[in-house]
Amino acid sequence: MAKNFSIKHQPGFTAVAATCFVVLYLPIIVLVLYAFNAANSTSEWGGLSLKWFRSAWQNTEVIDATLRSFQIGAIAAILASIFATMAALATTRTAPYRGLTFQYAAINQPLMVPEIVTGVALLIFFSRIKIFTGYSGLGYLIAAHTAFCIPFAYLPIRARLENMDLTLERAAADLYATPWKTFRRITLPLLWPGILAGLMLAFVISLDDVVITEFVKSGGQDTLPTYMLGQIRRGITPEINAISTAFLLLSVAIVTLFFFISRKRD
Amino acid sequence: MPDKPGRNAIEVANVSKIFGSGEGQVAALDTVSVSIRENEFFTLLGPSGCGKTTLLRLIAGFDFPTHGEILLYGQDIAPLPPFKRPVNTVFQSYALFPHMTVADNIGFGLEMLGKPKAEIKARVAEMLKLVKMEALAGRRTSQISGGQQQRVALARALAPQPKVLLLDEPLSALDFKLRKDMQIELKRLQHETGITFIFVTHDQEEALTMSDRIAVMSAGKILQVGSPWDIYDKPAERFVADFIGETNFLTAAISGIGNGKARATLKSGSTIEATVAEGFQPKDNATVVVRPEHAKLTKDKGELSGTVDNIVYFGTDTHIHLRLDSGEAFTVRQQNTRSAGCGFERGDKVGIVIGNDAAQVLRD
Amino acid sequence: MATAEEVAKAAERRDIRGRWLLSAPALLVILLAATGPLLIVLVYSFLTPGPYGDVKWQFSLDAWTSVFLERDIFDDTLSIAAAHVTIFWRSIKLAIITTIATLALGFPTAYFMATRSEKTRDLWLFLITIPFWTNLLIRTFAVLQIIRNEGIINTILLKLGLITAPIQILYTDTAILLGMAYVYLPLMVLPIYASMEKLDFRLVEAGYDLYATRFQVLRRIIFPLVRPGVIAGSILVFIPALGAYVTPIVLGGGKNLMLSNLIELQFGQGRNWPLGSALSISVMIIVMVALLAYVRNAGSSGVRHG
Repeated sequence: MAKNFSIKHQPGFTAVAATCFVVLYLPIIVLVLYAFNAANSTSEWGGLSLKWFRSAWQNTEVIDATLRSFQIGAIAAILASIFATMAALATTRTAPYRGLTFQYAAINQPLMVPEIVTGVALLIFFSRIKIFTGYSGLGYLIAAHTAFCIPFAYLPIRARLENMDLTLERAAADLYATPWKTFRRITLPLLWPGILAGLMLAFVISLDDVVITEFVKSGGQDTLPTYMLGQIRRGITPEINAISTAFLLLSVAIVTLFFFISRKRD
Repeated sequence: MPDKPGRNAIEVANVSKIFGSGEGQVAALDTVSVSIRENEFFTLLGPSGCGKTTLLRLIAGFDFPTHGEILLYGQDIAPLPPFKRPVNTVFQSYALFPHMTVADNIGFGLEMLGKPKAEIKARVAEMLKLVKMEALAGRRTSQISGGQQQRVALARALAPQPKVLLLDEPLSALDFKLRKDMQIELKRLQHETGITFIFVTHDQEEALTMSDRIAVMSAGKILQVGSPWDIYDKPAERFVADFIGETNFLTAAISGIGNGKARATLKSGSTIEATVAEGFQPKDNATVVVRPEHAKLTKDKGELSGTVDNIVYFGTDTHIHLRLDSGEAFTVRQQNTRSAGCGFERGDKVGIVIGNDAAQVLRD
Repeated sequence: MATAEEVAKAAERRDIRGRWLLSAPALLVILLAATGPLLIVLVYSFLTPGPYGDVKWQFSLDAWTSVFLERDIFDDTLSIAAAHVTIFWRSIKLAIITTIATLALGFPTAYFMATRSEKTRDLWLFLITIPFWTNLLIRTFAVLQIIRNEGIINTILLKLGLITAPIQILYTDTAILLGMAYVYLPLMVLPIYASMEKLDFRLVEAGYDLYATRFQVLRRIIFPLVRPGVIAGSILVFIPALGAYVTPIVLGGGKNLMLSNLIELQFGQGRNWPLGSALSISVMIIVMVALLAYVRNAGSSGVRHG
C-alpha cells in the first residue's frame, strides 16, 4: 500500500530544520553547562559547582557594568517607547499628508545603517560635544541607545495601532468624550500591549548593544557586554560562562513575557 | 400614524459633501434637503454608495459638510465636534469597548458628561432592564453573543437620552431570525423612549416594516420621501419603483389627466386607469408600473395578453413570468392555496387583468 | 460663526500640526544621536588627520585615495593598497556566503515551522525567537567554546580517533563564517516564516492537481509567493554581516580583520580619522546599493496573495 500523499511534505526539509534547531541550541547548552564547571579552566570538566557564579557576584566590575547596563537600558527603553508611541500615533491612521513618508523613513533610518558606521559617527560628534561642554556622563550613551531603540519600539506599537478599530474612538467621541478623554480611556488602554512589547524589545536591544556602546562610552563606562568583550579578548574563564548564563536567563524571561503579551488577544 | 404632525428634530438644508479635490472629486451628497420630525422612526434607504451613511456621519459629526446646514431643533450643529452634539450613534460594527464590561460601556456616555455616580448607576440599571441584559452587566463585551452586543450598543447609545438616535445598518451583522426579532425590539424601544430614530439600511423590507417615513436615496440625492405605503405604492421614479420590491414596467401613452388620475394606453391597445403625480403633462412614451401582486391571470381576455414563460414556486406564493404579445416581460404574483397548483402551465396563452388603482405613472 | 467647511479645514491643519509635534521628539533624538552625525562623518572624510587623532580643518582627498591606494613613503608613487582590498573582499565575500548559508538553512526551517499545526507553530516560533533575543556576544562566545581546539568538536573527534591533533578552526575565516551564520540564522528564518505562515496551501494543492512535482511546486508556487520574506531576510542578514564587529574580534582573534575592525583601527592606533570616515562612508554605499536592490525587487514582485 502506498503511503498517503502529504501536500506539505518536501524531501529533506524536516532534516534541515531539525539540524538547525540542534545547532542553534547546542552551543548555548554547552555554554550553560560550563558555567557550572568546578575546574579552573574551560578546557576540562571538574564536576558541578556554583563557584563561578559566586565569583562573578563578588566581582565589583561585573556588578557595576550590570547595573550600568540596566540603568541605560531602562532609561533608554522608557524614553524610546514614549517617543515611539507618540510617533506611531502621528504616523498611523491618517490620510497621507506632506512629510508623512519622511517621518516614517527618518524613524526607521537607524535600522538601515550598520552599527559600526553609527558608532563612528557618534564617536566623532560626541567627542566634539564633550570638548565643548565638558560633560562626559552617561547622557551620551543614553541618547545613543534611545535613538537606536526608537525604531524597534515603534514596530509593535505601530502594528497594534494599525489593527485598532477607529470606530471605537469615534464611538467614544459620540458618547461625549473629549479628544483627551478618548485617548486616556480608549486609545491608551487598547494600545497598552503594543507599548509594553515595544518597551521590552527596546530594553533587550539596548542590553545587547556592543558596537555603538564601545565607540560612545568614556573611560569607566563599561556596560556588561563591553566588559565581557574586553574579558573575552584577554582570555576566557568560566566566569564569563556564568555571567552569560545569568544574562541568558534574563533574555528567556523577557521573551516569554513578550510572547505572552503579544499573543494575548482581547 | 404616518402623518403625525410635530416639530422638526433635524433639518438638513442644501447639504453637499465632496470628497477629494480636482479631477478626482466625488460628491457623496449633492444638495440634499430633508426634515426629520420629532419622535419619528425615519429611515434612509438606498444601495451601498448612495450617500446614506455619509449623511448619517454628517449628522453625528464624524465628517463636516462641504456646503449647507444641519439644524438640530433650529440650531446649526454642522461645525460642532461629535462630543458636543446631543446625538448618539449605534454603529454597524457596534464598536463596543473591548476592555470594559457591559455596564461600563453603557455608563460611558453619562460618565463623560460628568453625571454623578449614583445617577449613572441607576440609569445603567434602567437601560440594562430596557434591553433585557441585567444578567450580563459584569461581562466583558467579547464574552457575549452578537445579538447581545447589539442590545448593549443600543443601551449605550440610549443611556445619555440623546435628542436623536442614529442607527447605521445595526442589524446587518445578525442572522435572519435574530434580525426579525431585533426589528420588533427596535420599534418597541423607539416607542418606549420616544426618541427620534434615524435608521440607515439597504434592506427595503426592513425599511418598509419599521419606518414611519422613508427617504429613498441614490447617487448622493434623495429621490422620494414618504410613508412606506407611499414609497411602495406610489413610487415617483423608476429607481424607487425598481429598488423597492419587484415591479413591472410598461410603456404607455398618457392622456386625460385630472384628479390625480390619467388614462394610460398600453402597447396592446387597451387602456387602463393609472394614478399620476400632480403637474404631469400628457406624454406618448411614459412608463407605468404595476406590482406583480396587483395583477391577475385569467384564461379569458384581460387588459393584456401573453404567454407563460416560467413558473417559480415560493412557498407562500408563486411567480408566473410572462412574455406579453408586445414583447415586454411581465410577472404576476399569485397567492398559493393549499389544495391546488397555480392552474397554469408553461406555454399557456393567458390574459392579464389589472385592477383599479393598480397602475402608477412614473415621473422619470 | 465659522461655516462647517472652514471648521473642517482648520481642524485638518491643526491635526497635521499636531502630528508633526507628536513625532518631533523621536525625530529630534534620531537626528541628534543617529542620522545627523552621519553627515559629520562625510565631512571628516575630506579633512586631514590630526597628529593625536581627530582632524585638522584642512581639505584633503588623501583619505579617499587611501581607501584603495597607498602612497609609497620613499618615492611617493601610488599602488593598490593590497591590505585594504583584501579586507573589503573578505568582508563582502563572508557577508554573501553567510547570507547564502543562512538562506539554505533558514528556508527549509521556516517551511517546517509554517507547516506545523496551529498550536505547535507558536512553540517553534518561540524556540527560534529565544536565540534571536539572546545577546549576540553571548552567542558568539558560545560558538567559540564549541569550535576551539579544546572545544567539544575537537574533543569528540580526538576521542573517536578520527584525528590525532585538534583541527584549528578558531581564528580563521571559517570560524568567522560559522559564527556569523550561527548568530544571524534567526534573522533569516523569522521574515521567511512570516511570509510562509500566510501562504495559502490550497495553492499548493492546486499545483499538485495540475501535475506539478514536489520540486516544481516548491520552485514555481511556494518560492515566488514567499519571495518578499526571502529578500527581507537576506537584507537583514547581509547588512549586519557586512558590518560585523564582534564576530571577527571574538572568532577571528583580531588577525582576520573585517571592514569594521579596519575602521576601528583608524580611530584607535591608526589615528587617521579621515580614513576611518571614508571607510565608513564606503560601507554605507555598499549597504545602500544592497537596499536599493531590495526596494527594486520587493517593488517588482507583483505576487500578491492572502
